[in-house]
Amino acid sequence: MISLYRRRQLMNALVMTASTAATLFGLGWLVWIMGTTLFKGASALDLKLFTQMTPAPGDSGGLLNAFYGSLLMTMIGLIIGTPIGVLAGTYLAEFQRRSRMGQVIRFTNDILLSAPSIVIGLFVYELVVRPMGHFSGWAGGLALAIILLPVVVRTTDEMLQLVPGGMREAALSLGLPKWKVSVRVLQRAASTGILTGVLLGLARISGETAPLLFTALNNQYWNASPNGPMANVPVVIFQYAMSPYDQWHAYAWAGAFVMTMFVLVLAVSSRALLNRSKKLRS
Amino acid sequence: MNVKSEMTLMVDSIEPHLRVRNLDFFYGAQQALNKVSVDFMPGKATAIIGPSGCGKSTLLRVLNRVYSLYPGQRAAGEVELDGENILAPGYDLSALRLKVGMVFQAPIPFTMSVYDNLALALNHHEVLSRGELDERVELALRRAALWDEVKDNLRKSALALSGGQQQRLCIARAIAIEPEILLMDEPTSALDPIATTKIEELIDELRTDYTIIIVTHNLHQAARVAQRTVFMYRGELIEQGPTEKIFTAPDKKATHDYVTGRFG
Repeated sequence: MISLYRRRQLMNALVMTASTAATLFGLGWLVWIMGTTLFKGASALDLKLFTQMTPAPGDSGGLLNAFYGSLLMTMIGLIIGTPIGVLAGTYLAEFQRRSRMGQVIRFTNDILLSAPSIVIGLFVYELVVRPMGHFSGWAGGLALAIILLPVVVRTTDEMLQLVPGGMREAALSLGLPKWKVSVRVLQRAASTGILTGVLLGLARISGETAPLLFTALNNQYWNASPNGPMANVPVVIFQYAMSPYDQWHAYAWAGAFVMTMFVLVLAVSSRALLNRSKKLRS
Repeated sequence: MNVKSEMTLMVDSIEPHLRVRNLDFFYGAQQALNKVSVDFMPGKATAIIGPSGCGKSTLLRVLNRVYSLYPGQRAAGEVELDGENILAPGYDLSALRLKVGMVFQAPIPFTMSVYDNLALALNHHEVLSRGELDERVELALRRAALWDEVKDNLRKSALALSGGQQQRLCIARAIAIEPEILLMDEPTSALDPIATTKIEELIDELRTDYTIIIVTHNLHQAARVAQRTVFMYRGELIEQGPTEKIFTAPDKKATHDYVTGRFG
């Protein structure tokens, strides 16, 4: 009896140690990345980072044009990708829930979800950049929209499927047509979940580099209009990190730190949103 | 003979509001209702009783065709409302559900304010001015005996209400669009005794304007609120009649055994 008890205690201690170690291993990378970017970018991390343009080698400056470009193209991606994604997800969940057609669309969407982003960049290059004759913020935004789309489709579909069937029945029992039930009642019930999906998608596209290389390229100068090539944080980080200049390296690290923080804050706030809605429901 | 049962006899002689004939129902290949025929009378509350799985909720779900949401479910037979068979292909489901409202077992408020829970369907079916809409919302909430408790919080989320309040909100939502028939699927099974009493009183008041059909597990509730009772067993209708008769002198032995608590 005693030996059995001992063995269980030992087993418990072993598994506890292993799982704690696994957690630390996972979290360690994040802390390491945050620490390194903060440390190496410290010399460039000041207010000028957000108020001045990308500098020439040797000069001092900031990443304002890159932040602006990233923000604008992410917004374009969000504005194109979100409505289409929410509508498509609603179609899947409410009109093709268990059909073969629905399965085919879900499968296709999952392929798009895991498609290498460089392929999407090349696709938009052929679709927009070549016919237009030059790189542009629009093309960058479109590429980001295509990356965002499957994320939104998937979460909308899943979140709507989680809405209790009783709500669907209750709304239909009021004589409301199916589209109104979907838009006014069910999407509303699933809105926090859908918003979480959009935020997670936003976190993903804000760090994408490959699709922007082929579409928005980069721009050393201030450019407010998305009609021409646009600077953006991921490509600037790439360019500066590859350069031989120490000052540029610091800007690259600082940009990386800001991006990582941005994604972290987005992820945490979407988690918080989801938890809050769960509490409200119970 | 007291006045109430005299009235019962009188009302029995008028036309039924809903006439169900030879109704079969299938969940996929499984048959849940077998040749059910029953009449639901206007101005009365009819209770459908029977042990779990006897098909009482299924019968209710046929009456406003909410089952049509699910491709595998299918009904055959006739359900006549205002001279038309609601099971006929092409029957307008929105129009049907405007006439036949439903309250479910669990309270299911929509994720919006108390006011919007009612206004949503009202705005869909009728063209109302702001003032008229306010009036209709208030009227429905008053009839559902909820007005006094929510009048200061109409803009607050309906999810903040208690379970009993949420169920009365669902009743208010169903009667706001003024259906002719109100289906209730065990409307008090998730509620405490006080909330249950309130809803039972409400049913008694509402039946003057609506034909009420209520599925219940609680035999006392059936005896309290219903003038007519239908007993079902294993997908078949065993007996229907005035509640008094079903509970005191039923014709069938199975009915007697069930209402005296010998099974179920």
